[in-house]
Amino acid sequence: MTTFAELKKGMSARIVEVPSVGDDHRRLMEMGLVKDTEFRVVKVAPLGDPIEIDLRGYRLCLRKQEMTGFGVEVL
Amino acid sequence: MASKSSKRIAFVGNPNAGKTTLFNSLTGSRQKVGNYPGVTVERVSANRKVGIFECEFIDVPGLYSLTPASEDEAVAVRVLEEETDLIVCVIDASNLERNLYLYSQIAELWRPVVVALTMTDRVEQAGSTLKINRLQRLLGCPVVPLVGHKERGVKELIAAIESALTTPLEPTLLSDVGALRELQVELARRGYDHSIADLRKEVLNEPSTMIVPFAELRPIWDRAREAAENAVFADPSARYAWTAQVQRESIVKSIAKQPATLTDKIDKILTHRVFGLLIFVAVMYCVFFSIYKLAQPFMDFIESGFAWLGSVVSPRLESVPVLQSFVVDGLIAGVGGVVVFLPQILILFFFIAMLEGTGYLARAAFLMDRLLGWCGLNGRAFIPLLSSFACAIPGVMAARVMPDPKARLATILVAPLMSCSARLPVYMLIIGTFIEPQYGAFWAGFALFAMHLLGLVVAIPVVFILNRGILKGKKLPFMLELPPYQMPRWKDVLIGMLNRGKVFLSTAGTTIVVMSVIIWALASFPQARSLNGDGQTNIQESYLGKIGKGVEPLFKPVGFDWRISTAILSAFPARETVVPSLGILFALDNTDENADLKDLYSGNVPLGVQLREAKWPDGRPLFTLPTSIGLMVFFALCAQCLSTLAVVRRETNSRKWPLFMFCYMTVLAYIGAWLVQWIGSRI
Repeated sequence: MTTFAELKKGMSARIVEVPSVGDDHRRLMEMGLVKDTEFRVVKVAPLGDPIEIDLRGYRLCLRKQEMTGFGVEVL
Repeated sequence: MASKSSKRIAFVGNPNAGKTTLFNSLTGSRQKVGNYPGVTVERVSANRKVGIFECEFIDVPGLYSLTPASEDEAVAVRVLEEETDLIVCVIDASNLERNLYLYSQIAELWRPVVVALTMTDRVEQAGSTLKINRLQRLLGCPVVPLVGHKERGVKELIAAIESALTTPLEPTLLSDVGALRELQVELARRGYDHSIADLRKEVLNEPSTMIVPFAELRPIWDRAREAAENAVFADPSARYAWTAQVQRESIVKSIAKQPATLTDKIDKILTHRVFGLLIFVAVMYCVFFSIYKLAQPFMDFIESGFAWLGSVVSPRLESVPVLQSFVVDGLIAGVGGVVVFLPQILILFFFIAMLEGTGYLARAAFLMDRLLGWCGLNGRAFIPLLSSFACAIPGVMAARVMPDPKARLATILVAPLMSCSARLPVYMLIIGTFIEPQYGAFWAGFALFAMHLLGLVVAIPVVFILNRGILKGKKLPFMLELPPYQMPRWKDVLIGMLNRGKVFLSTAGTTIVVMSVIIWALASFPQARSLNGDGQTNIQESYLGKIGKGVEPLFKPVGFDWRISTAILSAFPARETVVPSLGILFALDNTDENADLKDLYSGNVPLGVQLREAKWPDGRPLFTLPTSIGLMVFFALCAQCLSTLAVVRRETNSRKWPLFMFCYMTVLAYIGAWLVQWIGSRI
């Protein structure tokens, strides 16, 4: 298991751990970042953060540094 | 609850789902824009007839979820729970899985729902097939497919709305809501109002205090709890499991390998490490150059229009000088001062609508996030901040693109620190008089650049402190959907632009006119003696002049005498008035009584010469280099724009924030000017 911080452009990954339910992360889960969700890192912004991911057929931009608590598994 | 004759129909959907396009197709330009009572959330509505029903269509702000995390969402949920007879849920067919998440929550509100399925053309272009009937069965409500820009399906949607109003059917999606609904009704009858969502939490959290006084509700309570325990949708992952299943069952995907989409191809360039940033800079430059250039002829036209109006009205009121001055200098000048900003606002919002509608705005925020992120802002702040270099008013209004209320407020509060175009005349006057002649063109250019940089440099620590002080607290993680690129419809762009213009004129306008009249009165009374017999009042003896003399001791440490202080005071409603004010004040004090003020306005008496020769009573020159620079710094940082404060008042829906902005900026301006004076005295 690894974290969002270690993901690179082009990698596919699956979410294996989500933070315990707290309002901070609820929003992320409501966007579809729930356990077992697979996604692909489409792009990394020029300064290293944020990243663009492809999940559930749409594109979402997130800050790696705000994804603490999420565990991922590179596919 | 709406009355029987008028039905309230709420349009709700994810951002980028095509909700606004659909709403515009249904209502056109009949929209009314207002605020929900007590909050900053905008309420867009329109009346139209559906069959025999008089309806009010309400455009609810775009939402990803009904779990209220922001003010917008809390309002949306309240609207949906309390005042709707029918919900039209707008769902993007090309992004079914995520859009259905919101639907799964809407269905629990226990209202009749009609699903408007947008972007069906996109699904078909990708070679997939939509099974509308299957989807209709799975969702338990009518589903009407729509084709994006062509307005196909709109008639069918109206028909579906009409039949849903005639025979209301609530979605059959969920089994657990029935008992909760019964409980809600019973509790409401006893004077306790709770949403279904709250009740679900409550019944799961035994023991509850809610039920104690009502032993007779025990059986319903137990049934509700049992249902909630077996609920399909206990948490986001359960809902997503359901949405994924619905998507699988209702869309037959083409097996052919998908070629890279147009969006991916465009993104390769527009979010490229190097080209992306270069293109971003070029796009922004074009936008602001256009605002500056395109607005100019319209602004000139408006200004000369109001000047003409003044010159026509003025002679008719000659017999009553006070009335003449009130109408011409107070009222007409005041209204003109508001309307003159309209071209900039319309042009800026035209560009914002284009950038947002095409999907580029999201990419730009993606590129800029890191640069703005470290001090507590996020990528979306760049449009408001950049527009503020032209004018803070559209800048503050543009902060609407920011969903996080705290980040939005922080952006609004620092936007007026950016050096707007109205500061330019002051810089030009001071630099042209005191810097260029002595230090040459290079330092003149440098000074102008430094003045523009100053606001930005000061804004960073201000945001930093705001975020650790009064705006402290939970911040939403930065999240941004990057929608596929598309060409926005002209109709949507124009309607959006006109709505912004209407809002600006109606709300900001009234405040500005009232304040302009007050300042006019202070500058015009008491009417002591007139100059050249044309009814002009000597500012020195007006209330404003007296106040200026009164505050002189306060401004002495920063090197300003009563004339500069008075000019500064008179410039609080609109900073661009400072140049003519300085002209009048210095002309009165330096030249003999016969000087012609009209010549001064037309530039026949060079103001620069007057300033250079101005002296303190003890003979020291007034404008030393630190005083000149200090004056520019003061103008760069001070909140001298009533229009901006009025717009902030509206956008934050509070008197507190414009007042706070005014105070902190004025204090900063004073400290800045004092620092310049202090450093100057050490060198």
